[in-house]
Amino acid sequence: MRLHFSLLLLVMAGLVVAFAPLPVPAVAPQERTFEVDARQYAYSPSELKVNAGDTVTIKLVSTDVVHGLYVDGYDISVEADPGQSARLTFVADKPGSFRFRCNVTCGAMHPFMIGKITVGTNDWLYRSIGLASLAVIGFFPLSSFLNQSKKKDERNIAS
Amino acid sequence: MNRIELTRIPFIKNTLKSRYPQLAVFIVMLVGYIFAILAGLIGTPVGSHNFSIVFVWIAWWAILILVAVPFFGRGWCAVCPIPLPGEWLQRGAILAPPDKRPKWLNLRVPKMFRNIWMQNISFLLLALFSSALLTTPNITGIVLAAMLFVAIGLSAIFERRAFCRYLCPVGGFIGLYSQTAPIELRIKDKQVCVKCVGKPCYNGSDAGYGCPWDVFPGGMTKNTYCGLCMECIRTCPHDNIAVNLRPFSADLAKPTARLDEAFKAFIMFGAAMIYAGVLLGPWGTLKDAAYNVGTGAWFMYAVIFLAIIFIVLPGLFTLGIMTTKGRQSLKQRFMSLSTALIPLGLMFWVAFSLSFVLTNASYILAALSDPLALGWNLFGTANAAWQPMLTTILAPAQTLALVVGLVWSARTAQKVNEAGTSTIPVIVYCFVATSIMLWLLL
Repeated sequence: MRLHFSLLLLVMAGLVVAFAPLPVPAVAPQERTFEVDARQYAYSPSELKVNAGDTVTIKLVSTDVVHGLYVDGYDISVEADPGQSARLTFVADKPGSFRFRCNVTCGAMHPFMIGKITVGTNDWLYRSIGLASLAVIGFFPLSSFLNQSKKKDERNIAS
Repeated sequence: MNRIELTRIPFIKNTLKSRYPQLAVFIVMLVGYIFAILAGLIGTPVGSHNFSIVFVWIAWWAILILVAVPFFGRGWCAVCPIPLPGEWLQRGAILAPPDKRPKWLNLRVPKMFRNIWMQNISFLLLALFSSALLTTPNITGIVLAAMLFVAIGLSAIFERRAFCRYLCPVGGFIGLYSQTAPIELRIKDKQVCVKCVGKPCYNGSDAGYGCPWDVFPGGMTKNTYCGLCMECIRTCPHDNIAVNLRPFSADLAKPTARLDEAFKAFIMFGAAMIYAGVLLGPWGTLKDAAYNVGTGAWFMYAVIFLAIIFIVLPGLFTLGIMTTKGRQSLKQRFMSLSTALIPLGLMFWVAFSLSFVLTNASYILAALSDPLALGWNLFGTANAAWQPMLTTILAPAQTLALVVGLVWSARTAQKVNEAGTSTIPVIVYCFVATSIMLWLLL
């Protein structure tokens, strides 16, 4: 009974850590423009940070071969020819951390040409570390229950 | 949960006992393998459109690490085509009853090599070149062909499957993680094996060959070295071999007592973290260093890679367990407690592979229709556009995998730890490593 209650408590705490809404700092949306250089097989800068609600413009400049930039989660992309630039504008309305990656085959390491854009704070990372912490904290009492009930079963079998 | 003997089901037993179903799968696999070599050597140099890259490093890898290893342990080894040509030549037969006369040298592998250090080294060699290997078709083709020929060469010199058991870079980590799988091949009754005359499961008989993996089933307590080839099911005259369904990680309660196996756990643990940073991270300098083999930057990358795996990770682990006292020697505790890294290591690979595979799986459709990039369109999907899959559930799935791995490892640490000593340092170590992996992936 105590085991089930503890387990239920742990699951509920886990759900709170994973899904409870967090306070969002009130920052007025801005227009943000980044010039991102693309070369085999890296972006520069490779990490972008914006606030939720910002209107983001990425000016992609390709310095060697044709490169693209596809943003995970937003499902939008742009391509730039060698020596040329291209613009991608979007409203960063989904908070979190997203990879952006080359979507035009540009050479051997093309599948790993990756950058990262963080919209607001990377809540899911903190929530995940919170879940891992909760798992470790909850593990000790639960495993103690399991060990006790295992010993009890063994004693019952022996008697 | 007790074990459920799957071989009690007549269909399963007959399927496993007959050589024909396995041979059919072997032939398909061997044809696919040879085709992958050819595609790597003569197909398009564009990796993301080459059959060898797409099918080996995306499709096969996904099946291996997300399904085969976690649920079937060495299930891949049961159908792997690499040892086949060498084994057929060694036996002088494909299906015929065994001939007692050895066809080639049939030497015993020297004692100093009867461990997995060579597998650790072969994996690390591939790992250091992996950025080029994973992305360059002709390098993949050459490595696949080399593995086939080395396996043939070792079959000519040594008895049984020396390549699989002592050298295969993939077999080493499959063996390590197969201990977590809910499938095992074991004897039913030890006394039957003790009284058995001739030990045909190990030495062979008219019914089949002696264990190709050089394992005596009667003494087997973990999955690590059983290749699930099913030869012992065919040769056992007492019907004393069973394939069982069992709880996950049943083998891990009996900790390893070998340094080579302990370091295998660290190698795989560290490699998953390094790959997550280098391949999936946003740091172009790291990618350049890993890809440009032979340059100064690559040598620096190789030194750091090896230092993390052989010094940093085991060093911090040792410092952690030194904070608690136990009756066993430090070396003994290092070896047994490293077992706790096995479930988390597997989940590191699952989390890493989810990202890599879901992002690149759409290449499979194009490569399937035009495997040699000759302009074919066999299934009408040759021009399928690249599109990442399930990106919205990727992060939660990775978190779930890592948190499950953390709890699984903590539980394993408690099981393998000697009575009266604390597992807290190992659990803290696993927590810190999990947090780093989360930071690298999310």
